[in-house]
Amino acid sequence: MTAVAQSLRAHAAWRWWELALIAALPVSWLLLPSHALLFNEIAILALFALSLDLILGYAGVVSLGHAAFFGIGSYAAALFAKLVMPDPLVGMVVAVATSAAFGALCSVLILRGTDLTRLMVTLGVASILYELANKLDWLTGGADGLQGVVIGPLPGQFEFDLAGRTAYAYTLAVLIACLLLVRKLVHSPFGYSLQALRDNRLRAGSIGLSVNTRLVVVYTVASAIAGAAGALLAQTSGFASLDVFEFHRSAEVLLVLVIGGTGYLYGGIFGAIVFKLLHDLISAWTPQYWNFWFGLFLVVLMLVGREKLMKPWAWFGAKR
Amino acid sequence: MLTLLFDGIAYGMLLFVLAVGLAVTLGLMNFINLAHGAFAMAGGYITVLAMSRLGMPFLLCLPLAFIGTALLGALLEPTLYRRMYARPHLDQVLFSIGLVFMAVTGVDYLVGSMQQNIQLPAWLKGRFDFEWVGIGKYRSFIIVVCGVLTVALQWVLATTRFGSQLRASVDDPRVASGLGLNVNRIFLLTFAVGSGLAGLGGALGAEVLGPDPTFPLKFMIYFLIVVSVGGTTTLTGPLLAALLLGIADVAGKYYVPKLGAFIVYTLMIVILLIRPQGLFARAGGGK
Repeated sequence: MTAVAQSLRAHAAWRWWELALIAALPVSWLLLPSHALLFNEIAILALFALSLDLILGYAGVVSLGHAAFFGIGSYAAALFAKLVMPDPLVGMVVAVATSAAFGALCSVLILRGTDLTRLMVTLGVASILYELANKLDWLTGGADGLQGVVIGPLPGQFEFDLAGRTAYAYTLAVLIACLLLVRKLVHSPFGYSLQALRDNRLRAGSIGLSVNTRLVVVYTVASAIAGAAGALLAQTSGFASLDVFEFHRSAEVLLVLVIGGTGYLYGGIFGAIVFKLLHDLISAWTPQYWNFWFGLFLVVLMLVGREKLMKPWAWFGAKR
Repeated sequence: MLTLLFDGIAYGMLLFVLAVGLAVTLGLMNFINLAHGAFAMAGGYITVLAMSRLGMPFLLCLPLAFIGTALLGALLEPTLYRRMYARPHLDQVLFSIGLVFMAVTGVDYLVGSMQQNIQLPAWLKGRFDFEWVGIGKYRSFIIVVCGVLTVALQWVLATTRFGSQLRASVDDPRVASGLGLNVNRIFLLTFAVGSGLAGLGGALGAEVLGPDPTFPLKFMIYFLIVVSVGGTTTLTGPLLAALLLGIADVAGKYYVPKLGAFIVYTLMIVILLIRPQGLFARAGGGK
């Protein structure tokens, strides 16, 4: 085995804390049943952040409209359950397929231009979808949201209960499945080529990587995962509303990812935990003005520099 | 029909004045400032509050809004913005989103979430009625003011000493400072004027757009469209883009109200798909 292959393999090897983290997820389901609803939200946010990490952290595509795919998945799952059949698993497949198809379509838009162009186009796509969902009220319920969505039980007759335990288990299963998939993906040659083109697109192109194909593929995968997160939200809450497309959601997931660290598989999970706990804390204290602290946090974080947050042990000692 | 066109032009001119400061920070200093709308909102609120609480006349409020927001910009540039110039775009975006959220909630807290309205002086109300077209007096006022501003800006940038200093600092800050230019001071001044113009635009638009706390978020995408579609290498690019946007928006909302902002966004995406550097960018001039 050559030295290169060895070092690549060493990167891809499982570390003890990775296993511990993935094992900790089901344990949280067993140990803290009363917090299942909150944990469910955290897990959905973590999945959403994971999908953004794939395009932002690994492929270096900035996006201000990632909520577009989240929303597509959400509405697709809710509409499917309402109009076709209530089975959650089939609904999930449909939602993922829809958002993946939409992502493939949109990926053409992010191939050209500068960062600014990409920001604009992604923002524009999310805004268009928001307008569409708002105006097509015969289908989506407009500003009132899509009501009357009934989700059937999971196979094995597990009904979605009010305490959210079934929901959390379901979300966890999807999250872990996606996490394993993405881990596989970023440690594959494909994943390494993404990092190469993130760091220098021109150089990646000149050593023979077909940059555009790779971007299309990764964008499609990322939108599929974002769609899965959206579908989870719709299925576990039995509701889809306009706020899934809102700019606020795209900004929030960016912050989550930045807190947890970009280009680092578990950043989304850590970020989501910290973010949701902070959110709960601050909005319990000042519910109406939570946004102010959100903004202040962003500003301070950027002034200090996010690199320092990506290595929290440099600041707070060994955190993990 | 002509009235519609005229309204569109007035709206476009307004957008141009609102966005021109952004064109400068973005195109010249290469900083993605999503918080630009916050300055415009500040200008709008200064006007509204000065008129309703202090009873100042409308015409006096306009320069007040300009000076107020310019000072605000001058305060924020060296304390916050300057540190962000050299950062990656993602950091700049997150930073300015943070500022937007702070501004939105701050105004909500201080003034309340109601949309504010102002009373125009009598001589700006009503319209000139010609045989075949009615033209709102206030709309014509906006066009005149914005037109004068545009010409003045172009003149400053193209012919004055400060304009050439600014262009030099932008092209290469290191060489410019080596030649003895105070680059920081030039950027500070430019940023302040850009913010001031946004404030002035917000003040002028207070009657049309009606400032409310979500203003920076609502119009953020419009400003960005103007700048990204127009390209940032010239002033005429954003001007034409703003006019196009204004006319398309007004006409779109009039003829197909169901689709609303949909048309504008689609138009933008199509344009950016074909010309990623903007419609009017010089070849190879993009950053």
